Amino acid sequence: MERPGHAGYGLANYARCFKGIMWREALRHWHQRARFLSALVRPLIWLFIFAAGFRSVLGVSIIPPYETYVLYEVYIAPGLMAMIALFSGMQSSLSMVYDREMGNMRALLVSPFPRWFLLAAKLAAGTAVSVAQVYAFLAIAYFWEIEPPSPWGYLAVLPALILSGLMLGALGMLLSSVIKQLENFAGIMNFVIFPMFFASSALYPLWRVRESSPWLAFVCELNPFTHVVELIRFAFYERINFLALIVVLATATAFLSLAIMAYDPSRGMLPRREGS
Amino acid sequence: MSFSTPEREAAICPASQPPLEIACVGYSYGRRMALETVSFTVAPRSFTVLLGPNGAGKSTLYCLITRLYATQQGTIQIFGYDVNRSSVEALRRLGVVFQPRTLDLDLTVMQNLSYHAALHGISERQAKLRAHLVLERIALTARKHDKVRSLSGGQMRRVEIARALLHEPQLLLLDEPTVGLDIKARADILTHVRSLAMQEGIGVLWATHLIDEVEAHDDVVVLHQGRVLDRGKASNIADRAGATDIRMAFEKLTAESVVSGQ
Repeated sequence: MERPGHAGYGLANYARCFKGIMWREALRHWHQRARFLSALVRPLIWLFIFAAGFRSVLGVSIIPPYETYVLYEVYIAPGLMAMIALFSGMQSSLSMVYDREMGNMRALLVSPFPRWFLLAAKLAAGTAVSVAQVYAFLAIAYFWEIEPPSPWGYLAVLPALILSGLMLGALGMLLSSVIKQLENFAGIMNFVIFPMFFASSALYPLWRVRESSPWLAFVCELNPFTHVVELIRFAFYERINFLALIVVLATATAFLSLAIMAYDPSRGMLPRREGS
Repeated sequence: MSFSTPEREAAICPASQPPLEIACVGYSYGRRMALETVSFTVAPRSFTVLLGPNGAGKSTLYCLITRLYATQQGTIQIFGYDVNRSSVEALRRLGVVFQPRTLDLDLTVMQNLSYHAALHGISERQAKLRAHLVLERIALTARKHDKVRSLSGGQMRRVEIARALLHEPQLLLLDEPTVGLDIKARADILTHVRSLAMQEGIGVLWATHLIDEVEAHDDVVVLHQGRVLDRGKASNIADRAGATDIRMAFEKLTAESVVSGQ
């Protein structure tokens, strides 16, 4: 047995800590099962009501990865998967602010393990929940003929979902370091979630946006969420969008690095606020 | 049942190093100085009281010791390990009970303890074993499967203390742990922590603004407006201040500090 006082932590100690953080997040979600279900309601409403209503208005031409004309529901399905990951990431951010207000965050941060490891473990736990939500969504959407060309698509999309979950979770973690109180969280909805979601290719292809406003299309291309959507869309069709992969990898690394810096007591923003 | 053995103490805590050594620590929130050249030491097997009114800087100091904040000036060492440079080695020797509750209310007592054990890399088998011991010690074994939310304030505090001891630290920090508790719960917790210092050899730093928690033989650090006004045995502080007891000494010291500050 490794005593806590002996020099250095081994891999086994790290694994136990990682498992403990994952287990705690799993328990928390088990206690809040309604939250898991409510996270599915939002994309399902978009799929069954919004997409059905706009099916005849918004035609989608043949654009990669599609090789035929597709129904609007089929087009927006990857965007809705990305939407689940986006809301899940922001929900993690909300949880971290709540933990900070309730004092639970201190219990985590005074652990002797390196701060980056604790945050990465928490991020992995949030991503696992996000991926589970997407598969639950896909299971329901299957009955409305939203499915990949072959069953392998369900497996091929997994790495894209994990990477997207990590990227959006890291963004949520970074935002949690600058949100002072839970009450300020509404601002995240208005200034982060809505602009990211609507200024992307989630609901309409960018060539459509470009027709109306080249400037707006350029903004959409810069939006990392567009690349999350495209990464998932291509992966669902067992293809790789390399530009999207690079952008999502780069932004995930940047957001996580900034979040770790923000939670680092010597460099971050947390200690600068009295009583936080 | 004792957690502490001489071999274990020797292995993890260099005999020559005090559990806690704070040297010239300063900290400010923007322009407001919260701590100014704070220095003191907590000896092994001692119960040291950090005595100061609300706003004295006690909680800020605890955040610095636990590395929630990084020190701006001075050094903090736990058994010789600098909390900023060797935080892993320093923090693993430290148990802490913060002023705000840090238990997860929706988890059971046992789940909270298991989570804490995991955060210290302790195996599940060891965690269960130690959890049973600490729960026995605080007489809460019967409540181990109850959600923390259902416990009384005093019981929650006892669970927090048990949790802080789970990884067998040799330095225990408690920040106003008796605030909001009834007289009996306060006395129980105080007695329990004093016995930990005496019987287990743990160095204890107990922050409070309640003077009646101080005994004449305690080591006391008087903190006021971010500065240490005096430190030593409570009886010696009283003598130096020309007071009959620590209460009168504290009132005199803080009043003089306010006058000199003006």
